[in-house]
Amino acid sequence: MALLVDLVSWALLLSGGAFGIIGALGMLRFPDFYTRLHASGITDTLCAVLIIFGLMLQSGLSLLTIKLVLILLFLLFTTPTATHALARAAVVDQVEPVLADQGQPGDDHDAHSGEPSSKS
Amino acid sequence: MRYVISLAFLLVALWLALSGVYKPLLFVLGGASVALVVWLSVRMDVVGIEHNPVLFSWRLVAYWFWLFGQLVKSNLHVSRLVFQPSLVKPRLLTVPVPHQAAVSKVTYGNSVTLTPGTVTLKLTDDTLEAHALDEASARDLEAGHMARKICWLERQQEDCC
Repeated sequence: MALLVDLVSWALLLSGGAFGIIGALGMLRFPDFYTRLHASGITDTLCAVLIIFGLMLQSGLSLLTIKLVLILLFLLFTTPTATHALARAAVVDQVEPVLADQGQPGDDHDAHSGEPSSKS
Repeated sequence: MRYVISLAFLLVALWLALSGVYKPLLFVLGGASVALVVWLSVRMDVVGIEHNPVLFSWRLVAYWFWLFGQLVKSNLHVSRLVFQPSLVKPRLLTVPVPHQAAVSKVTYGNSVTLTPGTVTLKLTDDTLEAHALDEASARDLEAGHMARKICWLERQQEDCC
């Protein structure tokens, strides 16, 4: 039984690590700032979730589990806010996104009008 | 007053869960810090219906499970794109935000950002502007499953879409 729990938790930890590497790889391979945000999203979510689930199995049911759950919750609540702040800052700074249908003027006009509106 | 009491209870539970060392001195210190936080929250005027944790019903847990499924799905999708970067076709899109309460709008914006493949660029009163990594992610968002789920989540309160 203990061996089974260990095996499952190793699998979770390893796949979590693998997704972290995939996220990093995506950061390197994707073409521009905005697409790279999506790659970091992998590290923010599935990578963190898998590693914390793996750690929960290692710790067993105790107060430590509650702490791990709280870490996961806070992580999942705060990372999108940070990502959005980055994206918003890029929009306000008029970083032009690379788009698939480039060359058609007027298609992507409203994303980077540059108005520093909204309280992000 | 109801909200003050529920906040105090939640903080006590949190303290008990995080502390793990149960000695009289620590109980006194914990009680004092809970009282201080509650007093500060009242002073800051942030205790109210929107911040009341007791309002979170089973629907929120159900939503989290659903969102987790979406997370896994979109993570696998974006991971595939990492290995085939030629398939990346970024696109901007605007979708309507049908929700009334500010909390629901924020939940929508945050959920969109949380799922890889879509990032919220701008959230206004009734529209959400997003950057999508490829056509499939964009169409997923445009289909509006997530917006409908949050409507369902909101329905526990009277004002809804």
